[in-house]
Amino acid sequence: MSDITKSGFSRRSILKSGAAVAAASTIPTGWAIAQAKPVKIGLMLPYSGTFAKLGENITFAIELLIAEKGGKLGGREIQIVKLDDESKPENAPQNADRLVKRDQVDVLIGTVHSGVQMGIHKVVKESGTLTIVPNAGNDVITRAECAKNVFRTSFTNWQSAYGMGLALGKKGVKKVAWVTWDYAAGNDMGAGFKEGLQKSGGQVVQELKLPFPQTTFQPLLAQIPGLNVDAVGAFFAGGAAVQFVKEYAAAAIKAPLCGPGFLTEGTLAAQGASAEGIETALHYGDGLDNPKNTAFRKAFNAKAGRDADVYAVQGYDAAQLLAVGLEAVKGKIEDEAGLYKAMRAAKIDSPRGPISISPSQNVVHNIYLRKATGGQNKVIGIAAENLADPGTGCKLT
Amino acid sequence: MDFPGLLAQLLNGFQHGLLLFLIASGLTLIFGVMGIINLAHGSLFMIGAYVAFLVTRQWGSLWLALPMAMIGGILLGSVLERGLFRYFYARDHLDQVLLTFALILLFEEGRSLLVGNEFYSVPIPPLLDFSVPVTSGFSYSAYRFTVIGICLALAALLFYWIERTKTGAVIRAAAEKPEMVDVLGIDARRVHMTVFAVGTTLALIAGALAAPLYSVYPNMGDGFLIISFVVVVIGGLGSVSGALWSALIIGLVDTLGKAYAPKVAGLAVYVLMAAVLIWRPSGLFGQRT
Repeated sequence: MSDITKSGFSRRSILKSGAAVAAASTIPTGWAIAQAKPVKIGLMLPYSGTFAKLGENITFAIELLIAEKGGKLGGREIQIVKLDDESKPENAPQNADRLVKRDQVDVLIGTVHSGVQMGIHKVVKESGTLTIVPNAGNDVITRAECAKNVFRTSFTNWQSAYGMGLALGKKGVKKVAWVTWDYAAGNDMGAGFKEGLQKSGGQVVQELKLPFPQTTFQPLLAQIPGLNVDAVGAFFAGGAAVQFVKEYAAAAIKAPLCGPGFLTEGTLAAQGASAEGIETALHYGDGLDNPKNTAFRKAFNAKAGRDADVYAVQGYDAAQLLAVGLEAVKGKIEDEAGLYKAMRAAKIDSPRGPISISPSQNVVHNIYLRKATGGQNKVIGIAAENLADPGTGCKLT
Repeated sequence: MDFPGLLAQLLNGFQHGLLLFLIASGLTLIFGVMGIINLAHGSLFMIGAYVAFLVTRQWGSLWLALPMAMIGGILLGSVLERGLFRYFYARDHLDQVLLTFALILLFEEGRSLLVGNEFYSVPIPPLLDFSVPVTSGFSYSAYRFTVIGICLALAALLFYWIERTKTGAVIRAAAEKPEMVDVLGIDARRVHMTVFAVGTTLALIAGALAAPLYSVYPNMGDGFLIISFVVVVIGGLGSVSGALWSALIIGLVDTLGKAYAPKVAGLAVYVLMAAVLIWRPSGLFGQRT
């Protein structure tokens, strides 16, 4: 299912650009023709299923930035093509292929689901299409599998977990247990958490894992009191995070619970009192006080009719990064070297704070420490400043 | 392995086992009396869980969901038996497997259309939303104790029904010597429908009770179906008391495995099943060979 929307593209402007092409063709310079053609952005995001809201928020934010720039980036009109990836990894290569080959998009922005991201990655590594990842956090995309045409403005799984581990150790916590699902994201997070904790003098003494997506947490929880740990770190998301946090509270375990931000992200209303006081680490949070954030949240709410969240911020920054690149080459997207060079050097004022791009082309950002208070993930400090993913195994120059 | 921790795990295993019994008893009854291997039994469990989710979301009460799961189970079981399964008793097992597999697909697709594919947690009833300390540093949710109580009560009812009532006697007879039931002029079709409705209802109630403990998610019935088959095989096909003992054994092995040997936990129950099959091919309590 795909529908083609022409963002800010009226019949008159089509006629105008048509006229411009006609006029330009009489002056046969490649430059003029290139200027008249809009830059085609393919959005490959989930618009149905579990992650539909994430896909919508990312799209609203991208459209918001383009509108703020007057419908043009680097002087070029923008045309948006949307494709619903349904968060189905099995269809991902085919869907990505459709955008790249049939629609011939200049830029692909996508996606949310890590498995689908692998499918996109396979296709764009081959085609060389500029790709910006607005959510999927699998480390490998900007590590061993990194590519010069793939950028990420969201996070790596490693980053927020590392920040949490670091903050925990700094508090003087020594012995910690780690609980998660035994699958790619859980293991990426676990590695980051352990590394951060070790760096600041603590240690993961026991890892408790269960198969994805099981929710039989009791056999794991019942072991925790016997481990005599000072704290417990956990990664779960969505409905399972709600379940886990509630069961943790019901078990009345003395060691405080913490984790990467996903543990309490978008779930606080359902978790209720059981989440109160839980500390988490993420690159965004409630009450982040900077002018850019205030303006962004206001504009987003006006456009979308709901509050911005971390996914909206990631989408907005994907468009901001593209804008930086296109402005540097004055809209000449064909100038690949110049475009990538500008994007790699980008310093962007994001609603989450200042961000930049690491050598492996993943976002460098602050990881905030947040505390769940009265239904909000209140930012209480910075867990790790300007944290870059190590990009292990990535060879880009 | 610390002692208080072990105590809590035994409690977990007991509760898990009792819930498995509710699912497995229906499976084994239906097989024992009608000879049908109902692969869709896990989907029935899933339906019960989604009923609990929808009812609690709509009216905020799990207590309303339990009678609804019960009535729904009796209706659904009767309709399935009358409309579909009745025509398959005489067919061979492959046909039955295809039928019940098709039902899994239908139920899952229906769930997807009606409720979607999200993962939902179901709130524990406010009345029971408190914890009872079982060891120093570990508490057990009052709801879990309630589930244990309800499962024990249902198990007692089921045994009373099968061992002490006339219908129960007919069911036992139908399981052991079906031809005798016919000779005695008992309407076997009525017995079949009753057994199927009871089995379905037990699965739906198990699902409704389990929803606040395990959340609801697509294909949630699959895992429970497979482990219930293990319970049925170990307990002996068609034996309800066998299902009770083996459900408790499997509950404990599974829970202790997950806690103390997570790497091999997935395997433990199957190794146990293989061992039982070698040692006693008809199961611990099975009579047929």
